[in-house]
Amino acid sequence: MMLGGSGVAAPLIGVVALQGGVREHREALESLGARTRRVTLPSHLDGLDGVVLPGGESTSMVRLAAASGLFPALEQRIRDGLPVFGTCAGLILLTRTVLDAEALAEHPRVPVLDMAVRRNAYGGQLASFVAPIVVTGESTPVEAVFIRAPQVEQVGHAVEVLAEHGGRPVLIRQGIVMAATFHPELTPDTRVHAMFLALVGLRDDGLRDVGLTNAVEPGREARRAGSPG
Amino acid sequence: MTETQPLLNAGLAQMLKGGVIMDVVTPDQARIAEQAGAVAVMALERVPADIRAQGGVARMSDPDLIDGIIEAVSIPVMAKARIGHFVEAQVLQSLGVDYIDESEVLSPADFVNHIDKTGFDVPFVCGATNLGEALRRITEGASMIRSKGEAGTGDVSEAMRHIRQILGEIRALGAKSHDELFVAAKELQAPHDLVEKVAREGRLPVTLFVAGGIATPADAAMMMQLGADGVFVGSGIFKSGNPEQRARAIVQATTHYDDPDTIARVSRGLGDAMVGISVADLPAPHRLAERGW
Repeated sequence: MMLGGSGVAAPLIGVVALQGGVREHREALESLGARTRRVTLPSHLDGLDGVVLPGGESTSMVRLAAASGLFPALEQRIRDGLPVFGTCAGLILLTRTVLDAEALAEHPRVPVLDMAVRRNAYGGQLASFVAPIVVTGESTPVEAVFIRAPQVEQVGHAVEVLAEHGGRPVLIRQGIVMAATFHPELTPDTRVHAMFLALVGLRDDGLRDVGLTNAVEPGREARRAGSPG
Repeated sequence: MTETQPLLNAGLAQMLKGGVIMDVVTPDQARIAEQAGAVAVMALERVPADIRAQGGVARMSDPDLIDGIIEAVSIPVMAKARIGHFVEAQVLQSLGVDYIDESEVLSPADFVNHIDKTGFDVPFVCGATNLGEALRRITEGASMIRSKGEAGTGDVSEAMRHIRQILGEIRALGAKSHDELFVAAKELQAPHDLVEKVAREGRLPVTLFVAGGIATPADAAMMMQLGADGVFVGSGIFKSGNPEQRARAIVQATTHYDDPDTIARVSRGLGDAMVGISVADLPAPHRLAERGW
């Protein structure tokens, strides 16, 4: 999609570097030809083509971001058309409804996805697991690493489910926002990152719909009818 | 241990990078740590400064205490087992802790062997004072390494020595030719394939935190500037005058480690730091960092 004969410069992707799996995302993106930049302050968002919110501890990230107003600034950029990809804690931060939000307190998040999510829904580290998942558009499964992962419990109508595990969405897209409950940055397979860079590339082609809503909609049960609990 | 366990266990430590892990002895302290932005808490019965002051044998914490702390917070909970005490580790795994620290801060149970960590599903972090020690712990199954420092002193000089030693030895390995790595492995007393991997990649295959004597935001930021992935703060927070504010300040300084303006701002008005003990004044038998090999 990029760096080819089209003459388009390599996209510049900001990786929010408050805490967590920052280097792993940068290496995955750079291996695909993108340039990357650490983002810790609102001013670091200038000139970016896309942003990654990595995995880590969401309770820690909201507090680190609050001091500088990073998340409200990022939310505005996203609503103005900046694509974003969140993994694990990053997905939690991007989700409108966090079902067990006490530990996140009143600190600002980046609530752009019409979903409801539960933190640590599988349990502690002993419940972490690796599983193959089938991703829309990919002919072979992706090995997905779930570490103290959240679960998506409800999704709005604008949310497209790109992969599921156990009947729950684990990779989703809503307009210019992509999010995963697993960690594609922990395996050598870069296909999920390539999907995000493709989303970033659509901006230049004028094909992209921001796809975000302002109203809270009731949403639908994420679990498929008849799927096991 | 299943085939994917090392990936999952190293992966959790990767998610803690850039963060601060705080020692806590009660559920209330655990909540304060979480609210200050800690990425994990270390549940223990006495912080190292008290272990020093009170003496005696230091052991794994009471399971009730660990349960209470797991119940109190949503961030990962770590707990300490004595070096070589594999049954304490079995108990901690049974309690469902997220990480076990096989720690020199407790009294060693075995002066020859460390725990065979490959036999567990739960991940382990271990202390190291040099690269060889770090690689031996990784070979035994540790999925995270921390410097030992000199716990319970508030004196950062030993943590400094250990992180400089480990990172310096990694840089030196990178300058060696392929045939020199065989002797390097012999000298490090570590497997050759692991030594070769470290030489090639220029870093440990697992996350490297710093621990032992970190007491101020500037201490934490210095460790990050040197190349640590994150910091453990033991006695430095809850033995200080204003734990909540100091905890928040150390968290901010660890993220904004390369921004002296931020470090200056968060360092203001923190009240008294822990009084501390100079490591130079500690007689050798009382130095914890010399436990483990």
